[in-house]
Amino acid sequence: MNDNKFKKLMSNQLFIPVIALVVLALINLINDPSFFKVTLGTNNAGNPVLSGYLITILDYGSELGILAIGMTLVTAASGGQDISVGATIAIAGSAMLRVLCGGNSRPETIQAPIIVAFLVACLVGMLCGAFNGLLVSIFKIQPMIATLILFTAGRSIAAWINNNELPIVPDPKFSYFGGFIPGIPIPTTVFIVAICIVIIALVLKFTNLGLYTQAVGINENSSRLNGINPTFIKFLSFVILGLCVAVAALIKVSRLSTINYSVIAKDIEMDAILAVALGGNALSGGKFNIWASILGAYVIQFLTTTLYKFNVQSDALAAYKAVVVIVLVIFSAPKVREYMKDARKKIIKVQKEAA
Amino acid sequence: MEKSKKNIFKKMNDSNLLLTITVIIFFLMYIGAIVFQGGGFSKPQMFFNILNANAALIITACGMSIVMISGGIDISVGGVVALVSMCCAVYLDYHDGSIFGSIMIALGIGLLYGLVQGFLVAYLDIQPFIVSLAGMFFARGMTTIVNTAPFNVADEEFTALKLTRINVPFMGSVNKKGIYVPAYVEIGVIVALIIMVLLFVVLKWTKLGRSFYAVGGNAQSALMMGINVRRTKFLSHLLCSILAGIGGYVYFLHVGSGAASHAMGMEMNAIASSIIGGTMLTGGVGNIIGTLFGVLSLSTIQNIVASAGLDDAWWTGITIAAMLCIFLLIQSVVMSNKKKLVFNR
Repeated sequence: MNDNKFKKLMSNQLFIPVIALVVLALINLINDPSFFKVTLGTNNAGNPVLSGYLITILDYGSELGILAIGMTLVTAASGGQDISVGATIAIAGSAMLRVLCGGNSRPETIQAPIIVAFLVACLVGMLCGAFNGLLVSIFKIQPMIATLILFTAGRSIAAWINNNELPIVPDPKFSYFGGFIPGIPIPTTVFIVAICIVIIALVLKFTNLGLYTQAVGINENSSRLNGINPTFIKFLSFVILGLCVAVAALIKVSRLSTINYSVIAKDIEMDAILAVALGGNALSGGKFNIWASILGAYVIQFLTTTLYKFNVQSDALAAYKAVVVIVLVIFSAPKVREYMKDARKKIIKVQKEAA
Repeated sequence: MEKSKKNIFKKMNDSNLLLTITVIIFFLMYIGAIVFQGGGFSKPQMFFNILNANAALIITACGMSIVMISGGIDISVGGVVALVSMCCAVYLDYHDGSIFGSIMIALGIGLLYGLVQGFLVAYLDIQPFIVSLAGMFFARGMTTIVNTAPFNVADEEFTALKLTRINVPFMGSVNKKGIYVPAYVEIGVIVALIIMVLLFVVLKWTKLGRSFYAVGGNAQSALMMGINVRRTKFLSHLLCSILAGIGGYVYFLHVGSGAASHAMGMEMNAIASSIIGGTMLTGGVGNIIGTLFGVLSLSTIQNIVASAGLDDAWWTGITIAAMLCIFLLIQSVVMSNKKKLVFNR
């Protein structure tokens, strides 16, 4: 009875990210109990803000959380990952700045309403997604190779949009999206993520998107025979990811009110893929659980913050994360799982014989 | 006329067709560069400079082609190159090492990478892209951990080796002062040529080489033919990583310094040159000659872009990506045409 319950728990997709979260929390608790302290202070502008490592994680994990939504859909539908998200964030962010500053690198006032700039960024993000989606769904190129094109060209295109200048947005309102709205002590990004989650939850509840995506990911041919259009579903998943990228770009650009083409959202594709893998989703497509991916994204931010706390350089961070990825993929590999199952059976057998 | 053209295309297999396209494009580009830009491009040394600067890329791209022919992919090569050059630089300068030792380090890193990645891909059935993505980030991170700041190697023996130039007979040119300047290549180019010849022979005439094609073409039927699919995949990844190690040393020999930002995007260039050279992403199609022409086309277009005054950093990335995109589309069209042919029969 007890054993059965444990098995059910183990098979739950949320099991791995939750366990990872607990382990990380324990490490931090032992290392420094004040890690979990949240204090209410005031920032430079004199507004009340919450601060503390936990708030940092919630704040800075939001881009990743949003990307994880789109990445999960792409992974599930096409069985591959989009590695151009970081470069696309640069493109969408650059387009946003171009609209806001009107080609002038140091404008006195913003040249267009923020909402217009955001819509343009959404359009650009969706166009990039559509480009990737076109290559994957119609020309049948492997997703990772197809997105390699934008991965190489993306940051160059982003620099080209603004003539390699670094415009600064003069309006303080623009920085609210990646910071705090005066009077509200919770980071705005948390609300943005909440809105995204609500939207995707509604979409999954009231449309067949989730079901169709899984069907295409599990077996493309049979889903086609059942009247689903796999080409369109794959294409759609990339466009949705493009939309997520635009939202992430809004947050990223808003944090600094400017952009650095070669550094912005660097290596975020790795983190996004890691979030999907950590959420227990098969990287070869099929069944998916978006909530597990989002949780995975925050676990990764937790890991990043922890590593920073242990004084790891930001450039060296990748090496540690790579180790985590390798360990994760090894344990989620079907071969290893089978082997472990066999080993467990043998152990139980031996125990029974001993009893 | 129409009929004979069709026959030629039918006779050619996919690899030859793609290779022919690449070779034609390369020569057109080079001749175009000579006609429209003249100057440097008309001298043979320009061509040798392209070789000198890209010897490391040729070697890594050859390794990449092998992995791609057997149906995998390895995007860790750029990271390995950076790691090798940093480790060798630190070893030579801070630990007063010998040339031989540094070569061993380069080979050792390649071997280790190949063993781990090959095992994970071939025996644990993990997607090669994920494995090598992690490998790439690990290598980049490790490079920073080994040494943060970029620095030049001052070791005398090494500098002598780095500056060694091998003159190419009959290819020199007379400079403005009327002095004959011989054309030269660096040691790396010789290494690259030897490796290319070896790999060409291996791929064309040995059992191992043919099994790479068989596994990449159709792993299931390769298994039924009695080929050890797992071992073949393992060996392809091993070979690629070792070649990345050698390429890393050649790269190190060319630049003579270690830095975490070295060979940024080299994996991308290697994949792009393989694809341009007619290696199919789906596996089973490709050859070394094509890869050489892929590298040459890629670097020629970079040189043209640079000497056309478009040397703003972003043009290179955009042109490579555009070229890659075009060739991917050609491949896709070729593949779908082939499938139609099969169905129509």
